[in-house]
Amino acid sequence: MTFLFNLLVLVILAVALYVWVQLPWFVVLALVVVFAAWMALTRRGRQAASVTGVGVSTLKQRLGSSSVVVIGIAGVVGVLVALLAMGEGYAETLQKTGSTDTAIVMRGGSAAEVSSVLNHDSIVVIEQAPGVARDKQNKPIVSGEIVVAANLPVNDGTPGDEGSVQVRGVGEQAWALRPNAKIVAGRMFQPGMRELVVGQGAQRQFVGLQPGHEVKLGTQTWNVVGVFASGDAYDSEIWGDANVIADTYRRGSSRTSVFAKLTDAKALDTFKAALASDPRLQVDVDTTLNYFSKQSEGMSKVMRIMGITVGSIMAIGAIFGALNTMFAAVAARAREIATLRAIGFRGVPVVVAVMLETMMLALLGGVVGGLLAWLIFNGWTASTLAAGTTGQLAFTFRVTPSLLWEGLKWALAIGFVGGLFPALRAARLPVTTALREL
Amino acid sequence: MKYLHLIWAALFRRKTRTVLTLVSIAAAFLLFGMLDAVRTSFDQAGKSANGAQRLQTGSKLSFIDTLPQGLGEKIAVVSGVKSVAYANWFGGAYQDPHNQVFTFAVSDNYIDQYPEVAVSADQRKAYVDTRTGVLVGEKLMEKYHWKVGDQIPLQSNIFPQQNGSKNWTFNIVGVLHPTDSSVAFYGQMILMHWKYFDDAVMKGYNNGQVGWYVTRVNDVNQADQVAKAIDAISANSDHETRTQTEAAATASWMKQLANIGLIVGSIMGAVFFTLLLLTGNTMMQAVRERTSELAVLKTLGFSDRGVLSMVLAESVLMVLLGGVIGIGLAALLIPGVSASSGGFLNLPTVGASSWSLGIALMLAIGLVVGAIPAWRAMRLNIVDALAGR
Repeated sequence: MTFLFNLLVLVILAVALYVWVQLPWFVVLALVVVFAAWMALTRRGRQAASVTGVGVSTLKQRLGSSSVVVIGIAGVVGVLVALLAMGEGYAETLQKTGSTDTAIVMRGGSAAEVSSVLNHDSIVVIEQAPGVARDKQNKPIVSGEIVVAANLPVNDGTPGDEGSVQVRGVGEQAWALRPNAKIVAGRMFQPGMRELVVGQGAQRQFVGLQPGHEVKLGTQTWNVVGVFASGDAYDSEIWGDANVIADTYRRGSSRTSVFAKLTDAKALDTFKAALASDPRLQVDVDTTLNYFSKQSEGMSKVMRIMGITVGSIMAIGAIFGALNTMFAAVAARAREIATLRAIGFRGVPVVVAVMLETMMLALLGGVVGGLLAWLIFNGWTASTLAAGTTGQLAFTFRVTPSLLWEGLKWALAIGFVGGLFPALRAARLPVTTALREL
Repeated sequence: MKYLHLIWAALFRRKTRTVLTLVSIAAAFLLFGMLDAVRTSFDQAGKSANGAQRLQTGSKLSFIDTLPQGLGEKIAVVSGVKSVAYANWFGGAYQDPHNQVFTFAVSDNYIDQYPEVAVSADQRKAYVDTRTGVLVGEKLMEKYHWKVGDQIPLQSNIFPQQNGSKNWTFNIVGVLHPTDSSVAFYGQMILMHWKYFDDAVMKGYNNGQVGWYVTRVNDVNQADQVAKAIDAISANSDHETRTQTEAAATASWMKQLANIGLIVGSIMGAVFFTLLLLTGNTMMQAVRERTSELAVLKTLGFSDRGVLSMVLAESVLMVLLGGVIGIGLAALLIPGVSASSGGFLNLPTVGASSWSLGIALMLAIGLVVGAIPAWRAMRLNIVDALAGR
């Protein structure tokens, strides 16, 4: 009988937890309001409130063990939020790169820019395709770009430590295609010269990328003349004149990809159809927004899975810690609870009171953990060799409100499980036994 | 040891509490086991004795730049060099362009540089005899249910064939069995003939270039000099090289992926801090509850130090029990994690070093959390304790 009861509780618990994790905030708010109303308006509710009051007032005497619940849950939430923030920051950086009204054209079947090659003839055809926007001089806003990798010494490494950076050779229209990118220091490179402008992220990561410095790319020495900021994946790149970079890397007149500004987002289909029906071409067309978002999919999935796995294992540890503490708390107050029941308090208020106490501790833990994660990790810069590029992608940890909310929900779920069984025990223990208990 | 049964009985005096605590500890050490596996897998890569004998020579410009094939002959005559092999990145994918398979086009003697990767003699011969033959890692064979003799299609996302098609077909003639965890990634790899690749690829795509050279040196202690000598060959040319030991090359590659150590370290820190608190709290409770029992023990003639060590032993035993269960679980789960990551993570099972580090941690944590309760038990005044004061 007891076994069946426990099994039933477990099943209900599993379902409740699943639903709980999916709940949006307004439903949670509604639940809280309903619960508060129950407490304020019904007799049982008022009883529960007074029992909770007694429990909370004695918390001080159980400070040590109660703080275990708080700190345990804070640990879980902190680690979970930090790990999720890493995936979030990574995905965000790539997902806000590009737009729906610019297209990227690569050789058919290329998974990424770096494995694509387009020859000069194809580029000319692509430039003249319908759907491409034109500037005031009626020139198509198109940039044939070339992507290569270069090794540069990294900033905080030991001497000789080199990292890979993506070098992009761009045409003069590149800036019109990427309105986000702005020169923030120094000046623009001059076409035909061995001059470079570097992204802010790249500048942070690699040594010697200040305007006025020289760096070695390929077999040539280049001058860094400016710094640009774009707030997205381009921030981790170094830009130079496409023709000069193609010469340095012996790519002739071929390019890796063509970026094209479209007349509007709807022109993509026209543009795509025109290129697909042209027998001279075998290319893939996508919006830049789509292309960069797709690059982030695999990696951010891995990061998210990692966060949730680690978080879950830690949560199991914390749940049992909370259970322990609350069992001890119930045992310590067994006589008090039994007395309450003996003078007419029913089971429900007792259960609610114990649960509320644990949930409050859990909430506190969740807030502390989230706050710590936010204080320590928000804006923390990390970098990784990104899929589909040949260079380091710098990104910052982003502790978003939605992540904090997710962390709080985890905290409350842990508190719920940790409080439920001790609460049931408190309510079900025979009054006579409990009164005799030490 | 004499009092083991007594300690054991004390430990399970309150079954529920002890079991709950054990689960907490087990969860923490499960996490420790998994994270340590990740750390060691990054640590170990290329670090075997054989790995130290191998040098990797790649383009100094960047990892996507290639080197001329003729360089191999010059490297071969550098003093201290035993043998040279080369390889090129092929960029294979199976069935779907996003389903990447690590595929290298390699020179005929490439596999000789890796004695830790076993290939049976007749399969090796079949490989040499078959132009389109490939050697496939054992994990990969399992994953796609391939068998020796199968013909498999691979898409390259870089290289088209002469006829412009990027679909290539290969014959599986042998299986690569990595026998050392430092070369475990060869279980996920496909090796093809560089010569066939260079002949069949569309004109203008490869031009006899190779991606990197793998050199074996005669004497590990001379590896640095040999590396310098190799780099000196192409100094100031348009294909300058960078030569590193395999371990150094892998380490710098891993560093670029992410700062694994820092992340792993901070997670473990958070976990163990939490664990310390949970167990410490339980031990405090346990000792507080047993005040009178401990007083009886002392009355019977147990020394102060005896009581101290019994309480300490109890907490160490508890952490050890939970910890061993946790790491054991990790050892069971890790193969599953590696399998479900689809080759992205290739974790070694919990090794001897992880076990010993784990057990050292368990002992340390057990002593730390037992310290205060044990101290209290030792200082216990018999008269006060028996009176319940």
